[in-house]
Amino acid sequence: MNLFTLHHGWADAAMIAAIVVSATIGDVMIASAMRTLGDLDDIRSQHGLIGAILAVLLSPRFVLGVIFMSLSFFSLLFALSHADLSLVAPASASLTFVTNAIAAKFFLHENVDRRRWIAALVVCAGVALMAM
Amino acid sequence: MTRSTMTFRRWLVLGVVAVTAPLGDTLLSIGMTRVGPVSLHHLSELIYAIGTPQILLGIALLICFFSSYLASLSWADLTFVLPASSIGNVIVALLARFWKHEHISPMRWLGILLITAAVGFVARGPSYTEIPHTHKPLELEPEAEPR
Repeated sequence: MNLFTLHHGWADAAMIAAIVVSATIGDVMIASAMRTLGDLDDIRSQHGLIGAILAVLLSPRFVLGVIFMSLSFFSLLFALSHADLSLVAPASASLTFVTNAIAAKFFLHENVDRRRWIAALVVCAGVALMAM
Repeated sequence: MTRSTMTFRRWLVLGVVAVTAPLGDTLLSIGMTRVGPVSLHHLSELIYAIGTPQILLGIALLICFFSSYLASLSWADLTFVLPASSIGNVIVALLARFWKHEHISPMRWLGILLITAAVGFVARGPSYTEIPHTHKPLELEPEAEPR
């Protein structure tokens, strides 16, 4: 392995990490916003559809989540212009399942039991295989 | 403490999350292939691209996806919604196989099998973690008294 290949490998890993980290922060922020708001069906029945939409849009965590999801999207576009689609797309999609499970356990305090860990890891492997 | 919050209607919402995301992406991809490569110097072409029927339908499906995704996160955990809605990847692969007669390699069939198994596995468990003091009652303007 020469220095150029090694450098390329690190650059690909950094780009995939940027996509995965920003997507995970976005997902966790949005999930946290929705959890704080409560059941949207109840909000809609009490305040109507406009009230439910306003409640979501006025949540600072939701806005931050959307910003991070946009960052993830643009990181993906940037990565696709430098690295192979066959590497970036499956690696980022499958790794996000695992990082989301970890983040949901520590930041959202979700009960990620053995069943959910296994499901996240198996989906991660399945998504990677489907993209091959 | 975890509990199941799922009803038939909520499973339908998760089904919409699962199907609309990959179908929307596929339609955007088909639309952009028809439009052709967009140069950085002619970004205004992207606005004309929105007029393409496939891209319009793709955007509509992605709006459906995002609203259903938000609704599902208000009554189910992130670690339940993400694996449960990953069945959409399988649906798109099966559509490609039986509708467009595309070839699916043994590795992809194995991926389909793994995702289907994981979805069935997570769907049998509880969907929501009850955490005290996370839900704040919504404070909107009180409705006007009827005269």
